Amino acid sequence: MEVTIPNKTTGTTWNGGGDRPFNSSYGKMMMWFFLISDALTFAGFLGAYGFMRFRFLKVWPIADEVFTHVPFTHQSMPMIYVAFMTFVLIFSSVTMVFAVDAGKHMKQNKVALYMLLTILGGMVFLGSQAWEWKHFIQGDKGAVILNSDDVVQFVNKEGEQVALTSFAAANHSDRIQHTKTNGIWNKTEPTLPKVNLEQVIEGFKANPDITIRTQQINQATKTKVILSRAEAEKVLQKAKQVVYGANLKVNEYGLTLFGDFFFFITGFHGFHVFSGILINIIILFNVLVGTYEKRGHYEMIEKSGLYWHFVDLVWIFVFTFFYLF
Amino acid sequence: MSNTQAHSHKALIWKVFGILTVITLVEVVLGIYKPKSLYLSKVLGTSLLNWIFLILTLVKAYYIAWFFMHLHDEKKWFRRAIVWTLLLYILYLTFYILTEGGAIGETFAGAYKALTQFH
Repeated sequence: MEVTIPNKTTGTTWNGGGDRPFNSSYGKMMMWFFLISDALTFAGFLGAYGFMRFRFLKVWPIADEVFTHVPFTHQSMPMIYVAFMTFVLIFSSVTMVFAVDAGKHMKQNKVALYMLLTILGGMVFLGSQAWEWKHFIQGDKGAVILNSDDVVQFVNKEGEQVALTSFAAANHSDRIQHTKTNGIWNKTEPTLPKVNLEQVIEGFKANPDITIRTQQINQATKTKVILSRAEAEKVLQKAKQVVYGANLKVNEYGLTLFGDFFFFITGFHGFHVFSGILINIIILFNVLVGTYEKRGHYEMIEKSGLYWHFVDLVWIFVFTFFYLF
Repeated sequence: MSNTQAHSHKALIWKVFGILTVITLVEVVLGIYKPKSLYLSKVLGTSLLNWIFLILTLVKAYYIAWFFMHLHDEKKWFRRAIVWTLLLYILYLTFYILTEGGAIGETFAGAYKALTQFH
């Protein structure tokens, strides 16, 4: 039986000695090994997310109430935007396979064209992700945090969530935001919250139709529990602060952990897309200057293609666990 | 390269793209409308709808790995070394970690309630 260990070196390229176990080249095999370890890393992250989600099953935010934004419209449309992002990534995977396919037939121009399209697809995806992050960080309708760190939102008679500004006075009577040209000279500060806690409480008292929706999820209907007006008034006495949007410390939509995992996992995935774009750009340059023509094969496209498809593969799972489940 | 394929895979690639698109569309439509009979049911720890999503996701993963990442063209045992390793470890990990998460959630359910006493 022949031994499949490198036993001869050519001294010209870094190819593991020129042996081809499983009829696969050294570089391709190593890419697969890297992808296996990377897949296990993502499995660990998504596993941790699943762990926390089962642990906080009864208070976990409902994704459809969080990711509702679509560009050029102010309507609430869950799923549409993320479906677009998924589609973009799948399509950039298609152009990547076309690049590999063209490489096998030694068509330099076609490889370059398909690589370029793949890079553009990746950039559109990254831009979309940045847009989604922006809306998640800025927030939407606003909520109030209680002393117990519970996040409560406000709903009207029909049970639809209403914005804080729709019932609370939104004038900053107490203070104007400092800008470079207004207020303390040459000093700026972050945008003041649209409303403060006193205004929310006042507005709540003035609008008897409004009540509070808690974080708790009714397991039978899978909707958030809505309190009666009397209960809501008691709850609001324990209010701590107004919150808009999500970051690593607070989250308008409920549990802070939800935001933490969202930022961490989609951020880690986005970083993979970013490095994939960089790798693809380097390889596109190599294609254009004819490196692979001289080498006699386009196997490098296959290797970077493996990485790119893997990024797509991971997104399929992120999409399922964050947006569909 | 010695094993250069003479034929192009273009037709196959378009077919796989079509399958992936259709599956994604089905997922999105189910995700928007959430049929109550599927969404509110509970089978093996989660809703039937979630199981459908999970299976559709695995089907998509299969098509990406087999035809985009060309596992289809690799030697049988190379493919198995990759797929079986991942399946084994990930199933093992998720089974224990999710069971444990659920158990801890049940244990602390009372404690959490105390935090959110509204009355």
